[in-house]
Amino acid sequence: MSGFLSLHGIRKEFNGVVAVDTFDLDVEPGEFVSFLGPSGCGKTTTLRMVAGFEQPTAGTIRLAGKDVTYAKANERNIGMVFQSYALFPNMTVAENIAFGLRVRKEEGSARSDRVSELLDLIHLPDKAKSYPNELSGGQQQRVALARALAIRPQLLLLDEPLSALDAKIRDDLRAEIRRIQRQLNITTIYVTHDQEEALALSDRVVVMSKGRMEQVGEPFEIYNNPATGFVASFVGQLNRLPVTVEDPALGRIRMGRNELRTTSMIEAPTGAGVSLMMRPEEITLDDAEENVLEGIVETVTFLGSIVRVQVGVEGSKVIADLFNERLLELPEAGDSTRISFPPHACWVMA
Amino acid sequence: MLPFFLFSGMFLIAPAIILAYRSLEGPDGTLTLDNYRALTTDTVIAAYSMSVRISLTTAVIGGLVGFFLAWAVSMGGLPRPFRSGLTTFSGVASNFAGVPLAAAFIFTLGRIGVLTALFQLIGVDLYGGGFTIYSYWGLSLVYLFFQIPLMVLVMLPALDGLKQDWREAAENLGATPGQYWRRVALPVLLPSILGTMILLFGNAFGAHATAYALTGGLLPLATLLIGQQISGDVLNNPGLGYAVAMGMVFIMGLSIVLYSILQRRSERWLG
Ligand SMILES: Nc1ncnc2c1ncn2[C@@H]1O[C@H](COP(=O)(O)OP(=O)(O)OP(=O)(O)O)[C@@H](O)[C@H]1O
Ligand SMILES: [Mg+2]
Repeated sequence: MSGFLSLHGIRKEFNGVVAVDTFDLDVEPGEFVSFLGPSGCGKTTTLRMVAGFEQPTAGTIRLAGKDVTYAKANERNIGMVFQSYALFPNMTVAENIAFGLRVRKEEGSARSDRVSELLDLIHLPDKAKSYPNELSGGQQQRVALARALAIRPQLLLLDEPLSALDAKIRDDLRAEIRRIQRQLNITTIYVTHDQEEALALSDRVVVMSKGRMEQVGEPFEIYNNPATGFVASFVGQLNRLPVTVEDPALGRIRMGRNELRTTSMIEAPTGAGVSLMMRPEEITLDDAEENVLEGIVETVTFLGSIVRVQVGVEGSKVIADLFNERLLELPEAGDSTRISFPPHACWVMA
Repeated sequence: MLPFFLFSGMFLIAPAIILAYRSLEGPDGTLTLDNYRALTTDTVIAAYSMSVRISLTTAVIGGLVGFFLAWAVSMGGLPRPFRSGLTTFSGVASNFAGVPLAAAFIFTLGRIGVLTALFQLIGVDLYGGGFTIYSYWGLSLVYLFFQIPLMVLVMLPALDGLKQDWREAAENLGATPGQYWRRVALPVLLPSILGTMILLFGNAFGAHATAYALTGGLLPLATLLIGQQISGDVLNNPGLGYAVAMGMVFIMGLSIVLYSILQRRSERWLG
């Protein structure tokens, strides 16, 4: 049984250069899926194949049970929101929203009902007669969203819709997009290179790198159980310490003079040089029973709710994110300190 | 700012004031409105109307042909070299006017021109068929030689200003390419198309050297009339010449106002 939207073996080459390779994904009805990855990894290309602006070199795309791999873009009934908003400058907000209905020859009164419905949905009921250049970036993007939704699309695609906006507006609109998506229960694919955005919004995240899928999973899973080194380092901050395996069965490893332990599996033989990974928020500066390392504080950065401390440990850098609690005694650069992390919060990678 | 006012004062405002003053001067040097009354005589009306007609014709035809050419090389799927070729040619041809242009046309399409002769060889007698380059349509043809390239030069950047995202957004919303052109691309381009046509109108309306070199005084044109009144002719009346010029300044001014209104709109959309 395949999903509502199903991409199978999708591959795209531009003049022989591979942009997307072996992309397989099933999206359930009403699901919100993000494509997350660095610039150039093929997110937009994949989205454009779904929208019908590019044709895959190989593979099939099925939507609601129908093969749409080679269907024309204007016959797919998919709504798309562009990074640049792409509002028509010669039309008012209302005319922009009505555009899709107009070319479908929908009747005038039904059209204007739908337009006011959508203006309410995006909380801009009094901007119907404004022109796009009279709106702020955030307002323009809301209108673009309304325009895409007006045609009652089977699928909503958004390509980095918030990346041209200020941080504050970005957060508001992010919440707004999720609210609207839930309210309409519309199947959505959201492209972003911002991991926080992907984690906050999505039911599932597809992490991509160099045209390939690295991992597909719920945000929690992606963050806590990254499948590859790439995912681990791209999603969230990650510390990486060079260690030697002592006893794989017992999870024993060594860094210089220090004995360390992890509860996760070690798939390397005794004596192998591997990396020990842990998230900055798992590290504390308190004394603990085990997994204690000595180091020198290098920098202390105040980030509001957290304080980021960089500690030099035997030639490696370790980042620790500490909650900014009232009584937190801030270390200073040059202090010697101990860091520790629980055995269940670190894992070994080749 | 000061250099601007100085400059425009010297080269724009002062001449305009002198022109206005001279247009109010009678032959004996007294102030009079006679010259303006004379603007309604048949000769003057005929000259204005011929100038306006030729300018309109060449602006509209030049505008349409130029727009189509620009469209063809920018998005009509023609290979890249066509575009740079056309741009270079247009850059040169749009500045090709006056005596050299007239001479070039006389040598090719004149009564004994090369093309005329070639046509005769294949059995087409241009001049026998009533065509002459020294006529309304002949002059229009010559003007088109710089009007079309000018349109191409101005429209190419405007066409480039159409965002690919607009086309895709329209397509995504279900529009056919035709619907996209009718409802988005053309309306967005319309101010620049019309604005540039007005530019072409002014360009032809003010042309003097080309018309003079080609037809002498055969065609009654406003610019030629001014020339005849101000200089040389036995029957001349400089005051009338200046009044005709004032009328042209007025028409040109109107075009410039229209042009700048349209230009402002198109900049907002395509900028
Ligand atoms: N029309 C095209 N012609 C040639 N190469 C292309 C084309 N479109 C994309 N590419 C290439 O395909 C690769 C993937 O591009 P894509 O735009 O999908 O990346 P992206 O993940 O969306 O990146 P970004 O975050 O920068 O938008 C890139 O290497 C890009 O150069
Ligand atoms: Mg992209």
